Amino acid sequence: MLLRHTTKEVKEREGLTINPAKTCQPIGAMYAALGIHGCLPHSHGSQGCCSYHRSTLTRHYKEPVMSATSSFTEGASVFGGQANLLQAIETIFAVYDPEIIAVHSTCLSETIGDDLQQITKKASDDGKIPQGKRVIYASTPSFVGSHITGYANMVTGMAEQFAVSTGEKKNQVNVIAGWMEPSDMREIKRYAKDLGANIVLFPDTSDVLDAPQTGKHEFYPKGGTTAEELKSTGDSKFSLALGCISAEPAAIALDKKCKVPFETLDMPIGLSATDRFIMSLSKAAGVKVPAEITSERGRLVDVIADMEQYFHGKKVALFGDPDQLIPLVEFLLDLNMKPVHIVSGTPGQRFEKRMKEVLERAPYANFKNGLSADMFLLHQWIKNEPVDLLIGNTYGKYIARDEDIPFIRFGFPILDRIGHSYFPSVGYSGGLRLVEKILGALLDRQDRDAPEEKFELVM
Amino acid sequence: MRKVAIYGKGGIGKSTTTQNTVAGLAEMGKKVMVVGCDPKADSTRLLLGGLQQKTVLDTLREEGEEVELEDIIKEGYKMTRCTESGGPEPGVGCAGRGIITSVNLLEQLGAYDEEWDLDYVFYDVLGDVVCGGFAMPIRDGKAEEIYIVCSGEMMAMYAANNICKGILKYADAGGVRLGGLICNSRKVDNEREMIEELARKIGTQMIHFVPRDNFVQRAEINRKTVIDYDPTHPQADQYRALANKIDQNDMFVIPKPLEIEELETLLIDFGIAN
Repeated sequence: MLLRHTTKEVKEREGLTINPAKTCQPIGAMYAALGIHGCLPHSHGSQGCCSYHRSTLTRHYKEPVMSATSSFTEGASVFGGQANLLQAIETIFAVYDPEIIAVHSTCLSETIGDDLQQITKKASDDGKIPQGKRVIYASTPSFVGSHITGYANMVTGMAEQFAVSTGEKKNQVNVIAGWMEPSDMREIKRYAKDLGANIVLFPDTSDVLDAPQTGKHEFYPKGGTTAEELKSTGDSKFSLALGCISAEPAAIALDKKCKVPFETLDMPIGLSATDRFIMSLSKAAGVKVPAEITSERGRLVDVIADMEQYFHGKKVALFGDPDQLIPLVEFLLDLNMKPVHIVSGTPGQRFEKRMKEVLERAPYANFKNGLSADMFLLHQWIKNEPVDLLIGNTYGKYIARDEDIPFIRFGFPILDRIGHSYFPSVGYSGGLRLVEKILGALLDRQDRDAPEEKFELVM
Repeated sequence: MRKVAIYGKGGIGKSTTTQNTVAGLAEMGKKVMVVGCDPKADSTRLLLGGLQQKTVLDTLREEGEEVELEDIIKEGYKMTRCTESGGPEPGVGCAGRGIITSVNLLEQLGAYDEEWDLDYVFYDVLGDVVCGGFAMPIRDGKAEEIYIVCSGEMMAMYAANNICKGILKYADAGGVRLGGLICNSRKVDNEREMIEELARKIGTQMIHFVPRDNFVQRAEINRKTVIDYDPTHPQADQYRALANKIDQNDMFVIPKPLEIEELETLLIDFGIAN
């Protein structure tokens, strides 16, 4: 009973978060930056920030994650980090030779007021950025928002700082990925290809954080959206933002800067959200949905219909990140399951509003996001109204063990299992995978607990 | 060793008053150290006869951790020990953090050690206590007594009252107490009476009324304190008197800051609002 001190009685809390359901902004910025080809993320702050963020990503992806740091000392904190960043830019281009450096700030550099725009401009004016190379930046103080905010800020930075409008529209659609796995991004590209839609997906961490073992270490793996592609997003005819929290801000920035109209969709997780994604993409790209995608959808519907009895009425508790939770909750409702408790540490009214729309079908659900929406609260809710299934990142294993609840790992970070970076959760096939995992967990539990006379061979 | 911090509104004459008073104490034979806690690093200019060449933070930046005490402390008028925190240029970095860093460093390097036989340490702090860093000199028992320099001008009184709020916060946690208000006269009507009344309401005293005299500026232009520039001038006696009163002071209180309405009433009652 590792969490034996969790009480059943829920008290209103103002100044205390226990086991937060979120992490630092820069982790998101770092992850997003890895979705640019040949990009070295750079953490403008003390070394500890950078090591923690790198290691969390490494533990989740089981891949080396490279990132540089401004290595703030006492002196940099007092005099400002400009000298450190200028030196870092020079050293990084000389030694590690990336195409792009994506700088994100940290709590410390934000608090002392370092201005990344001014410093990167100075680096450029001083000739520290070699011809054809780029330095982009995003402001990511961790005392605001969450890792999702940091991801959104860096993706917005890509749109604002790369996109150029040449005046000549291209027959392509921008697909702005909300925070999803490399496998998901690969799957989005697969759908676009099957549809015959010409897209630029950004960021794109496939072939970066799921790079194959070739016997040779590639400092900059072959994946990632290229600088050229990012530039061309300004000429695209339309943008689809996959996620109202982590992707929409970049779409808005593109619309503002280059007049690229956009539509915001939920991340295509589960049946309904994938339907909307396929329809919107086919419309935006002016292509027809091929029969193969329709068949794929049919297979998911068939499995759902076959196994409905096992889903029906099962209570689920979930925690995680906004753009994944919203369609996942909708999918659970489509499966006739009951999402009764939902928490996310990511604040924001936009998130709250969209989740409430989805939850119109589930008036019984407890939902809370923001500062005091933590794992402790989720655990308390579960104690008050037990559930049949818990869905969330690795940190959920403590609750699952204490309460003896079947547990599916989903979200970020997953530090103790693999699969997330290889098997997508988006799309119809991703829906199948989720259904398989949910069924597996529920039926294993049924088998474990069934009395001998009710122990079924066929289920 | 008595540890004294001088606060007050920006431009009120903290540095000038501090150094002139320190000169008075030094003349009495007291061993005094002055720690300038202002990024402009001009808190010891009159005692040293010119600006301190290297501040604590400049030295830290250049030498790294290898800073020696003699690099950052210079002897000034009558053996006063002078040091300046320094800080970043305007608009960058974090001056508040700079104060924290340099005060810690001075402690580590033993600037306050018994071998220096100090009677007094004076912290001369940047005008408004804009962030936690500028409260460093009154945190965890560093400075134990505070004098606020003010005048009869409304904003100076307002600032003095605000500083009392800051003192209140640290008085509860540590041992810091208010020693009094120093009125650095701006020749406002009823100035002495008004500051005496403000002091009474806050629960402290106006420890001295320093009359305005342009001779102070003249000494300043010559990079000297009044006592150093012309020991016979009547203004020198004013600073001697202030030094003596501080030396004899035994009234140390936890201030009771006024509500804004109360402060405004005070101004109206004493006539400057008319």
